[in-house]
Amino acid sequence: MNTIRKILGIVWLLLGPAVVCFLFAGAAHNIDPEGKKDINNPVIWIIIITIFLPIAVGLMIFGWYALKGEYTRKS
Amino acid sequence: MKQASEAGVLRKVIGASSLGTMIEWYDFYIFGMLAKTISTEFFPEGNSTAALLSTLAIFAAGFIVRPFGALFFGRLGDLLGRKSTFLLTLVLMGGSTFLIGLVPGYHSIGIAAPLIVLLLRLLQGLALGGEYGGAATYVAEHAPPGKRGFYTSWIQTTATLGLFLALGVIMLVKMNLSDERFNAEWGGWRYPFWFSIVLVVVSVYIRLKMEESPLFARLKTEGKVAKNPLKESFRNKANFKMVLLALFGAAMGQGVIWYTGQFYAQSFLETKVALNFEQSRSILLWAILLATPFFIVFGWLSDKVGRKWIMLAGMLLGVLTYRPIFNCLLEDARMEKWQVENTIPDASKRQSTLLKNGSDSLIQTTEHITFSNGAACIKEQTDTLQVASGTLVKGKTVIKDKLLPRPVYWKFVGLVFLLIFYVTMVYGPIAAFLVELFPVHIRYTSMSLPYHIGNGVFGGLVPFIGVLLQTTFTEDPLVGLWYPIGIAALSLIIGTVYLSNKIDKDVTD
Repeated sequence: MNTIRKILGIVWLLLGPAVVCFLFAGAAHNIDPEGKKDINNPVIWIIIITIFLPIAVGLMIFGWYALKGEYTRKS
Repeated sequence: MKQASEAGVLRKVIGASSLGTMIEWYDFYIFGMLAKTISTEFFPEGNSTAALLSTLAIFAAGFIVRPFGALFFGRLGDLLGRKSTFLLTLVLMGGSTFLIGLVPGYHSIGIAAPLIVLLLRLLQGLALGGEYGGAATYVAEHAPPGKRGFYTSWIQTTATLGLFLALGVIMLVKMNLSDERFNAEWGGWRYPFWFSIVLVVVSVYIRLKMEESPLFARLKTEGKVAKNPLKESFRNKANFKMVLLALFGAAMGQGVIWYTGQFYAQSFLETKVALNFEQSRSILLWAILLATPFFIVFGWLSDKVGRKWIMLAGMLLGVLTYRPIFNCLLEDARMEKWQVENTIPDASKRQSTLLKNGSDSLIQTTEHITFSNGAACIKEQTDTLQVASGTLVKGKTVIKDKLLPRPVYWKFVGLVFLLIFYVTMVYGPIAAFLVELFPVHIRYTSMSLPYHIGNGVFGGLVPFIGVLLQTTFTEDPLVGLWYPIGIAALSLIIGTVYLSNKIDKDVTD
């Protein structure tokens, strides 16, 4: 189980930047000053990206700790 | 005799904490539930500044402010004590809500109206961010070791009961007033805001009589109170590791399950299923009423078998059954499936509008249909009459305001009950789980942040990401569910691999 904990760390490390890329791509695709839906509103995207950036960094740190064996347990 | 007095104290602790937390949730929900009326009063259309403030007011309290409230009041709670901090959050929340009910509309004071509302909304978000951690910590620090899950689960019922109370009060006011009187500038929509002050006064009175948490009081006497709880929580590696684990392995999944069960389901019934307003609300009220005792059941059970697997089982059930459940809601509300013998169109209205080209007409027909099995709906047909050719071009048909036949109605109550049942599984044990994860001197700060990021950010994003997915994949009406399913699955994997099921018997360390 400890090996799985470490290997999965790589997944969490890569997932952080992937989420950020997805959000930026979503913002670029959906922001539309003429649009009337929430999704077209730049303010909401700014809020979401600002809030999610540190969370994505947190996920990467979590992955790093997992990879380094910080979450391994003694049997 | 001593045992009886201890049980009495515990009951008072739980009662005072739960009542206050329920009021905070009530305050928080009524804004969202009355958003449509509020937006016309404070944020009128056609004014870009008001529109911006409206967006901020609706999004800010859930996204930006709650985690900051968790940090700010968490720090205060670890420095000054649990009791005084969550007394302050209660006053702040109740006061802000009451004041929103007193702000004159945009027509009276112009742009000052949305500005004041935004400010009060920010205070609401801050207060909510600080309340939960305080209440959960306070109750957990009073609870005996083997019953921490059971006692803190009472706090967990309050988010749902707050929603229940808000729904009940709004429905009660709406049923007793005409739409005109309800939506007027100083109309009935303000009553639920004013009612908040009564609840707050009662709760403050009860909370003032309570003693400080015994563990915090001991820390204070021994001079071991944290000097800088924020630094100790997040710059101490051992503790920060646990903050991340709590967020990604539990709170994140719990947040999306909670939001999907209680809020996404409600808006789904109204918008996608197109149910009548009162009927969709009453389905939710029944489901909440029937499911709420399970918060206590799962809190109690978590004391026996551990917290981890109960929470993860709730996430697993959500991942596996969300799409079938929501699909069932969608399919069973289709009129063709109601198998009725005859329909009775009881009233219809036809209206013509001249189109821009000056010759063609848009013909809108509204039909009120009652079915022989008691179901009903409104059918709106929009056609275009092309004058030049004399032909009628069929347009779109919209079915709305559906009233379900009785058996289907109770089936819907059952399905929504299931969704809230999952909420009770993930939410019932989580307060005890978070409390046990962190040391007493930085507990308030450390547990509040993952909880509020999980609920406010991950949970709060469910509708927005739902719309995002819907605009990209237009064919699938259930595509919005992939976000909560994905996040719950991720949390399920992280929780399964990294979390421990061990119950920490000693929370005094």
